[in-house]
Amino acid sequence: MLANFDFSVITSNLPYLFFDGMRFTLGLTAMAAGMGIVLGTLIAMARLSGVPGLKHVAKVYVELMRSLPLVLVIFWFYFLVPYIGAYVTGSPNPIQVGAFPSALITFTLFEAAYFSEIMRAGIQSIPKGQTAAASALGMNYWQSMVNVVLPQAFRNMLPLLLTQTIVLFQDTSLVYVLSLTDFLGAASKVAQRDGRLVEMYLFAAVVYFAVCFTASFLVRRLQARVAIIR
Amino acid sequence: MTSTPMPAPTPGTPVAPAGQAPADSGLQAGNLIQPGTRTGETMIAIDNVSKWYGEFQVLTNCTTSVAKGEVVVVCGPSGSGKSTLIKTVNALEPFQKGQITVAGTKVLDKSTNLPKLRSRVGMVFQHFELFPHLSITDNLTIAQRKVLGRGAEDARKRGLDLLARVGLSAHAHKFPGQLSGGQQQRVAIARALAMNPVVMLFDEPTSALDPEMVGEVLDVMVELAKEGMTMMVVTHEMGFARKVADRVIFMDRGEIVEDAHKDDFFGKPRSERAQTFLSKILQH
Ligand SMILES: Nc1ncnc2c1ncn2[C@@H]1O[C@H](COP(=O)(O)OP(=O)(O)OP(=O)(O)O)[C@@H](O)[C@H]1O
Ligand SMILES: [Mg+2]
Repeated sequence: MLANFDFSVITSNLPYLFFDGMRFTLGLTAMAAGMGIVLGTLIAMARLSGVPGLKHVAKVYVELMRSLPLVLVIFWFYFLVPYIGAYVTGSPNPIQVGAFPSALITFTLFEAAYFSEIMRAGIQSIPKGQTAAASALGMNYWQSMVNVVLPQAFRNMLPLLLTQTIVLFQDTSLVYVLSLTDFLGAASKVAQRDGRLVEMYLFAAVVYFAVCFTASFLVRRLQARVAIIR
Repeated sequence: MTSTPMPAPTPGTPVAPAGQAPADSGLQAGNLIQPGTRTGETMIAIDNVSKWYGEFQVLTNCTTSVAKGEVVVVCGPSGSGKSTLIKTVNALEPFQKGQITVAGTKVLDKSTNLPKLRSRVGMVFQHFELFPHLSITDNLTIAQRKVLGRGAEDARKRGLDLLARVGLSAHAHKFPGQLSGGQQQRVAIARALAMNPVVMLFDEPTSALDPEMVGEVLDVMVELAKEGMTMMVVTHEMGFARKVADRVIFMDRGEIVEDAHKDDFFGKPRSERAQTFLSKILQH
């Protein structure tokens, strides 16, 4: 069977696969992870705030996002947002958002729920004495959060945040439902155009495995280092 | 000892009382601590303070005061409310009844800017509570910059001056985890002093230390007391109390049982509870 393999379909399409496909995948992953961590941190702070309304809204949001399949959220978001936008701005026609911004916003909102759970655990792991010391020095809530609590929480949780980002990296392949071309999308286009499904899907699997395996390995090493510093 | 009634503060007034040198006047070497003279001016007035955790009353009608430049030691058995009392002074612990006035500012008052008040009340904790993710220099400067709005250079200079005073200049670039407990506590004292506090609060500053490190921390505190810093110190180090305290407060079950001049306290405490406590603690 291997004799029938035509590996040239891979080599001749490498630039397209990586400079178009993989660049899109990595870009979307990095942006959604960055924004998702920021939003997730704010949600975690809201949940821990003790402000009744805020606390509950944050909790419901996280529970909701964690109960829905990502594909569904992507669909709903893509189809609904133009109408919500129109309603909010009072425009008579749906506001066109575009597939990429829609995907980016969806991934950010979805991943924020997961990142918020990680950051919540991180914030709670900081001893009370640290916030007491910050308060005693005259820091207000935000100063104490930004200068004392969050840097430590983020450092302690970095391995988990990165692990979640690896999951996100795999999940970005779902953008095919919006007809966007990520790495997997690029591979499938080539596969169908040249009739080389086995080679291309095998190659895609190898690349995803290599990237995720390497990243997980690095995260485990980082985890060991963080454990030593603490 | 009873508290003198304090004038009502105007909202937002700085904690430093009138006539006090401005905050940054202590920057020159040799004048790192605001000199305190025992003028009889009240720095901390604790007036009939009570506090409950649900049903459980932790503090019962506590009344005492600390004059400018005075050193007051607070002692008593475990669970008697010493930490709770000292933490009410900078409102780290809220209380339900009574009033505390620090340098003319009421702690329990909606118009009081608590972060501002706390920035002028230095506090040293049992477990140091240095910020482990920041270097020693950054530990010394972060609140000066973020809370007092000092420039990076000014803050750094003052931080390093104080670090030199506690004898740790060589460690400026290190992280807290690289220092011994005694060294960390000296840094914590320097960090509090960097804010130009008008009073310093200590909650068992040496009780988490290995015995051989207690001395180096007490030395710093003794020196501070001699320079006239107003201090309220929860400690069982009776040697320290004998050496520098003006008064000793003995607490039991949330009450101030005894509040006496040092010589009277060590001479013969009036209450039986204090006598028992002293005989136990002086046995070692
Ligand atoms: N958050 C809390 N909730 C309920 N009770 C508390 C709380 N914090 C302290 N207490 C109780 O209040 C009492 C006084 O505590 P506090 O820490 O002030 O005592 P302490 O004199 O400092 O004792 P130690 O010498 O052990 O430090 C104790 O009985 C303690 O169990
Ligand atoms: Mg205590």
